Amino acid sequence: MTALAPEQPLARAPRVSTAERWRDLRIVSPGDAVYRVALMLLALVLPLLLLAIVGGLVVGAWPAIRQFQLGFLFRSTWDPVAGQFGALPLIFGTLYSSLVAIVIAVPLALGAAIFLTEFAPRWMRTPVGTLIELLAGVPSVIYGLWGLFVLVPLLRDVIWPVVKPVLRWLPFFSGPFYGPSVLAGGTILAVMVLPYVAAVSREVLRAVPPAQREAALALGATRWEAVWTVVLPYGRAGIFGAVVLGLGRALGETMAVTMLIGNRHEISLSLVQPGYTIAAAIANEFAEAVSSLHLSALVYCGLVLFVITVCVNAAARWLIWRVARGSAAGSAAL
Amino acid sequence: MTRRFLPIALAAVAAVSAAPTLPAQANIRVTGAGATFPYPIYSKWVLEYTSLHPNIQINYASIGSGGGIRQFSDRTVDFGASDGPMTDSMIAAVHGNVVHIPTVLGSVVPTYNLPGVTRPLRFTGDLLAGIFLGQITNWNDSRIAAMNPGVTLPDQDIVVVHRSDGSGTTYIWTDYLSKVSTEWSRRVGKATSVNWPVGLGGQGNPGVAATVSRTPGAIGYVELIYAIQTHTAYGLVRNRAGNFVQASLASTTAAAAAAMASIGADTDFRISITDADGADAYPIASFTWLLLPKQMTNPATARPLLEFVWWATHDGQRYAQALDYAPLPAPVVALIEARLRTLTLNGAPVLPANYGGRRR
Repeated sequence: MTALAPEQPLARAPRVSTAERWRDLRIVSPGDAVYRVALMLLALVLPLLLLAIVGGLVVGAWPAIRQFQLGFLFRSTWDPVAGQFGALPLIFGTLYSSLVAIVIAVPLALGAAIFLTEFAPRWMRTPVGTLIELLAGVPSVIYGLWGLFVLVPLLRDVIWPVVKPVLRWLPFFSGPFYGPSVLAGGTILAVMVLPYVAAVSREVLRAVPPAQREAALALGATRWEAVWTVVLPYGRAGIFGAVVLGLGRALGETMAVTMLIGNRHEISLSLVQPGYTIAAAIANEFAEAVSSLHLSALVYCGLVLFVITVCVNAAARWLIWRVARGSAAGSAAL
Repeated sequence: MTRRFLPIALAAVAAVSAAPTLPAQANIRVTGAGATFPYPIYSKWVLEYTSLHPNIQINYASIGSGGGIRQFSDRTVDFGASDGPMTDSMIAAVHGNVVHIPTVLGSVVPTYNLPGVTRPLRFTGDLLAGIFLGQITNWNDSRIAAMNPGVTLPDQDIVVVHRSDGSGTTYIWTDYLSKVSTEWSRRVGKATSVNWPVGLGGQGNPGVAATVSRTPGAIGYVELIYAIQTHTAYGLVRNRAGNFVQASLASTTAAAAAAMASIGADTDFRISITDADGADAYPIASFTWLLLPKQMTNPATARPLLEFVWWATHDGQRYAQALDYAPLPAPVVALIEARLRTLTLNGAPVLPANYGGRRR
């Protein structure tokens, strides 16, 4: 913009404000007006689409909203036969499985990103980075199958017998472990969000100016101290953004989760018990929802998921904005 | 020229108005949507029928029974298909303008994973209800042992696996459990998806089968077709006559034939044949239905659609066995013939009273 409307006009030209210059330019050609309107319409299409989605969800969910009101969010019965619907176990399961995924994925992804930007030999960086990013291209249903046939037996038959005696006293590991569970669903989600978190974190760390590292090293920091005290804090806004990106993806993931989470409308802190997520419930029950109330309750669930995702993203933006005031790097990567 | 053209035009008009007895030569497009369970045989029928009658095009979308009923009620399709019959309130919502036409039969079997148990286990309705209600929780329960003398049952927790997606299979299964257990019918009921008292949800027949086969001590239910095609072990179920029956195409058709004995000519075909009488009847079986409007409104598709349904319930039945569906018993077909003749277009029957199938 500065190139088109310089603050300092040519030497002898009369001094005109930017706004006036723009007005003059606009009047010159009617083609500009057409162009402006066309661009404006194109720019408005996406927000309008968003509004249309919200509108469609509210209309579809209206019978359920009228019948259950906000109590829908706090009740845990899901009985299509009796026409009683409550989404609390679904909301809980959605947030819980995503949290599990983030807890598993972030250390791995961040570790990979730090290693690849700071420590790995140069020849290794691109191939390994590309391989991690390739994980993002694997279709969801493949993850589901892999989870069903490899991950679940591994967790149940190899890992669980070892950790069970140690961790059984924790509420997170109580009860029998049959395989399909929040743990299995959360782990597969972690694998699925890992490439996103790793790729964005890597870009963020790359954007940290080399001078920062050099300064830390010059002050006598070890390489690890340089990363921990300088590089990571410098990019924390961007890394936080990467985590939120992963979280957003985890919240809405459907196919792999429904194949592994056990699909049970139940609230349990235990990771080895089955759970359910909103996206999985919609995918499972939509096609065969016979009564209109059942259908409407599923759309209501969709609306809730939409609101959750928007809230998570809005909260993340706000946090990033607060954090970013202190550090500059990484904001560009978002 | 006008005078010479007029008689021809009149003749053409006459020919067109007589057309209800003659299918038009132009491409006729019939659309339907609904159940996924009979999709393999429906698509086979469409393929065979359209190669016999190339001027007809039939599109069937297997979007699920719920979707089939919805689209049929909204009249966005010419026919619907469902694994569970429409309820009275749904029929009231379309002002009674629907007939259910059974097409083939399917059955559902209990499948389990008990390493070391080689003989097929025997179940009763009480046992299955008790297990799926979470009241029988261990395989060495005396109630299971009583039905399976000579089988060494392990001390192993029972893991119940059910369908997580809404499904006609679940409808048949819960319909059976509702009949044999008052507690089930009171606490859970029957539907394409229910509020399961216990268990894990698997996605589709493959999801249930995979979870059962990889979880020692698991019990689930899958369609017979699926169990046959994947060589899954499944148990015998005791029928009303007190015999333990293995599910097969023959015992499924037997269930329908036995149930028909108590059905009058005025039936609306919304009959449940689970827990049927008959010595050979397998008790967890069901029809799957096509949904047709009683008063048809589209003159272009009414006759071709009914001719197709007629063919499917007659000649088409011979494709059923090869695809592991149980064919309709003969008395049902006779009732269907009578019912198809009652369907009307603008007040007049679509099929002539002496209709006996379309010649090639």
